[in-house]
Order: sequence, then C-alpha cells, then structure tokens
Amino acid sequence: MKSKSAAVPYLIWMVIFIVVPLVLVAYYAVTTPEGQFTISYISQVGEYTAVLMRSIWLALIATVICLFIAYPLAFIISRRSGNGQRTMIMLIMLPMWMNFLLRTYAWMTILEKNGLINRFLSNFGIGPLEMINTQGAVVLGMIYNYLPFMILPLYSVMTKIPNSLIEAAQDLGCNTKKILTKVLIPLTIPGISSGIIMVFIPSVSTFIISRMLGGGGNLLVGDLIELQFLGNAYNPNLGAAISLVLMVLILLCMSITNQFGDEEKGELLK
Amino acid sequence: MKEENIVSLRNISVDFDGDPILTGLDLDIRDKEFVTLLGPSGCGKTTTLRTIGGFITPKSGDVFFDGVRINDLPPHKRHVNTVFQRYALFPHLNVFENVEFGLKLQKLPEHERRQRVQEMLELVNLSGFEHRNIDQLSGGQQQRVAIARALVNRPRVLLLDEPLGALDLKLRKEMQIELKRMQQSLEITFVYVTHDQEEALTMSDTVVVMNDGDILQVGTPQDIYNEPKNAFVADFIGESNIVDGVMYEDFLVEFAGRKFECVDKGFGSLERVDVVIRPEDLKIVDAKTAPLTGVVESVIFKGVHYEMIVDAHGYKWMVHSTACEEPGTFVGMEVRPFDIHIMHKMEVEG
Repeated sequence: MKSKSAAVPYLIWMVIFIVVPLVLVAYYAVTTPEGQFTISYISQVGEYTAVLMRSIWLALIATVICLFIAYPLAFIISRRSGNGQRTMIMLIMLPMWMNFLLRTYAWMTILEKNGLINRFLSNFGIGPLEMINTQGAVVLGMIYNYLPFMILPLYSVMTKIPNSLIEAAQDLGCNTKKILTKVLIPLTIPGISSGIIMVFIPSVSTFIISRMLGGGGNLLVGDLIELQFLGNAYNPNLGAAISLVLMVLILLCMSITNQFGDEEKGELLK
Repeated sequence: MKEENIVSLRNISVDFDGDPILTGLDLDIRDKEFVTLLGPSGCGKTTTLRTIGGFITPKSGDVFFDGVRINDLPPHKRHVNTVFQRYALFPHLNVFENVEFGLKLQKLPEHERRQRVQEMLELVNLSGFEHRNIDQLSGGQQQRVAIARALVNRPRVLLLDEPLGALDLKLRKEMQIELKRMQQSLEITFVYVTHDQEEALTMSDTVVVMNDGDILQVGTPQDIYNEPKNAFVADFIGESNIVDGVMYEDFLVEFAGRKFECVDKGFGSLERVDVVIRPEDLKIVDAKTAPLTGVVESVIFKGVHYEMIVDAHGYKWMVHSTACEEPGTFVGMEVRPFDIHIMHKMEVEG
C-alpha cells in the first residue's frame, strides 16, 4: 500500500536515531566497561536519590505554577476574536525564537548580585537579595522557559469550547467556580495532561537551567548525567544507568497522567 | 383582561462595540404565553432574548421579572432557562447527566433528581436514551435533550433561540407542535426567537415583529397577518403586493391610477400611504368590468394554488388563484374593500 511505503523512511529514521540509542543506553546501564553484565550501576543510582528527588520536586513545583499561570491565560486568549488570539499567541511564542541559552543568560544578569533587580532595589536601600544560585531561581528558569508548552495545548483545547457551553452552564445555575469545576476542567483534561507532560519532562531532566541559575549547590539529575559523560566524573555506564532510571520514572508519570485523561470524556469535544 | 406581565423590558438600550443594537426597547411579556420575537437576522431579537436571560447587561433601561428589577442578577440566579441555538449540550456528559445538570447544582436529593429527569425525558420522547452519549444522537434528539435540560429546572420562563433552525422541514413541523403542546401542558411562558414567519404564526399566542432594533408590531398571529401595521410587517409576514397610494378621504384611497373604497380612516388628507394587498385577496375577473387590468406574465404551480405575476402598466401584481390563466392573457383583477390595507409610509425602509 502507498501509505505504508511512504512511512518507510520515517521508520528507518526512528530505528536509527531513537530505538538504537535507547537500546544502547539500556546496554551501557547494565554492563561494565569490559562488557560484563552487572546491576551495580543501577543500584549505584540509589546513592543519588536526593538529587533525583530534588529534580522531581522542583520540576513538579514548576509544572504546577505553570498550570496556574497558563490556565486563566489560555482561557482569556481563547475567548478573544481571531486577530486578538493570533496576536497574543504570537507574543507568547516570541521569546521562543530566542536561543534557549541566551534566555537563561538573560535571567542570570537580571537575578545576579549586581543584576538589574538588585541594582534597582539598592536605590531604595534594599538588598542585595540572594536570588541567583537558589532553588527559586531554578524553578523560575523552568517556568519561564517551559510556560509556552503549557499554554499552547490548553489554548488549543479551549478554542474548541464554544461560548454557548459556558453560557448554558451559567443558565443552569453555575457560578464562576462551578463553571470551572463542572464544565471547563472536565472538558480541558486532555490539554491539562499534555501540558503537564510537556512541562514536567523537560524540567525534570534539565541541566542548563540548574547550572546557570542554581549554581553548584542545586545539582539536578540532568547535571548528574552530564557529569558522567562530559564532566570530570567520566563514567558513561553510571550515566546510562541514571538515564534509564529517570526514563522509567518519566514513563510511569506519563502513564498515570494518561490514565487520568482517558477516564474523562474530554476528547469527545469536537 | 387581567393578566400579569412576567417579563417587562423598559427603555432597553444595548450596544456592541459602540454599534447600537437596541435603542429604547419596551416589551411586556404576559405570564403563560407563547411569545415569538420575529424578525430578519440582525434585527435585535436574539439580543432581546439574551437580555432577558442575563447574558447581556443593557447599557441603559430596566429588566423586570415578576415586578422585580433584575438588571444586576447574573444568569444563574434568574428563574429563566434557555434553549441555545446550537443546543450547547455538554459533550463530557451523557443524556441523563446533561438533563440532571441543573438539578445537581440545586443540590436536590438523588431520587428526586432521577424522577424529574425521567419525567422530563418522557415528555420529550427520549425515554431509554439516558446513557447515550451526546454525539450518538441525531440533531432532533439533541434538540430534545436541550429542551429537557432547560425545562427540568421548572423555569417560569423558557427562552428559545431559534431552536429548530438546524432541523429539516418535517422534523421542524413535528417539533413546532410538540413545543406548543409542552408549553400548554406545563403552563409556563415561552419566549421564542425565530426568523421564520410561518413558525411564528403556527405556535404563538403573541408575535412581536422586530426590525433594526425596534419593535414594529405586537399582536396575535391573526392581527399580524390580517392587519399589519406597516409595509415591512406586511412584507415580512407572508408575501404582499405593496404599492404607493394616496388617501383621499376616509374610506377612499387612490392607487394604480384609480380610486378604491376601503375600510381605513384617520389619515391626513392626501397623505401618501402604502397600500398592501395579499396575493390571495386579488381575484381574477372579466377584464371588461374589472378595476385593475393587466397581462399575465408568468404562472407557477404551487400545489394548492397558482402563483401568477400580472403586469398592470408596469406594476407587477402577485396573484394567488386556484384557476390557471395562460401567460399572455389579458385579465382583470378586483379586490374587496376590507382586503385593502392602508399603512402610513415608514420613515426608514426595512
């Protein structure tokens, strides 16, 4: 069949660049440099539980905050006229045209001891505040960089909700809070779950943000993995083991969110 | 007659982005009546309905419900429910849950909710559909769910915004009869918005004809049809011949180059007027003695009657007749005095 043969190049691509590397990661994780089977690297990951937990915790905070910022914003955008919607989405995408590193560097100069905020505050005799090299700065970096990934899926679900549905809810006795819990949230579950995945996964595995904004003290699992491959700790097998564990954890998270999304009938909305 | 107004609109003005939609509208709706707001699209009928529902806050003027001013009452606190144009059913809920929605918000006990939903589904002939998903229903069935969902709350007034617009003709006719039956058996007020004059005439106790944000005429279907107040109403309610005329004195009007007896009075002397004659009120007679003569231009068979266009010195009259005349025939037409409707010229043409 035509459609099948058209898929062949993609299939080859996926096998070479996705399946093979994944198998390699798994292979390295359970072998010694000499090629002997071992689970010592996997069990060694246990030593870094604190780092892993910190990564998950910070990523979780960033995801929740993103959700709370993005949800009302996406709703407001979705109620605008066509032109208003395009303009606002454009403004949200605009920072993403800038290089990721550059954006994060910009935050460094803002948050630094002699940065923009502290210099401004010193005019009033306040500060300098400790902002850079804190967990707060890392979370801020995650939110700033990944917020659009929360807004876009929410927005795309919300534009499909006609105003009359909200009016019908009002008509039948919903106040603002009830509109949210009885109609809006159930109908936007697919957007919420894909937004969560799209923010949580890059947040939990980031290493640039934590290194630039978190200083040395806030090592995340991404930094840990990087150290094993490019850093002084050079130990690709351990790095692969940590990656594998992280991947399993993420898959677990995803399946939970997906389960939650499937139970609701939000996808019925056309 | 001592009937109470359930909804009163007083001097209502509504703007959209600076465009005036309604300007100083007054309307009284009597309790337990089937009232239709009729008019072409953009005439402000839906805006009027939404003002009653609470979805639009008027720029000025007052909305009274049962004698109480409700301008600032949000929709969820009004004893009014709406059937929306495109049904607006909740896609994440099934038929039963959709109908139950309002009752749940009122925190009624479960057995009472169940009983009332069942009753209502029976009323709209949807018993047995409780667990269907909304997208498994036909347009007509969705329409019934929307009606049940609104009526189950036992509103004092049901607002319907062109509810039958998306249905085919046969289904529409059935639903018209059913809606009327429901309104009568439940004894509540229906306010119905439509642009379909036939629908309005079929169902209503009172028809409100609107154009350009103004109410042109309020009356029974018979009044509106037989005694249209102006040429716009006459033209909008069924087809009409509308010609320029001059009122000579009471009971005498001149049009088409002749003077005719009529039953209207109270116009100014030599006032220019619109003369409206329904196609079915023109009778084909022998040309020799007829007051109006012309040449049959075209004939269309319409089932019950033939629709003929008769060219009389440039003005084309539409005549409905059960007898057929061949095109090209020279015919006469006459009209009885009480079938000649005289109307003041409208300042703005619709």
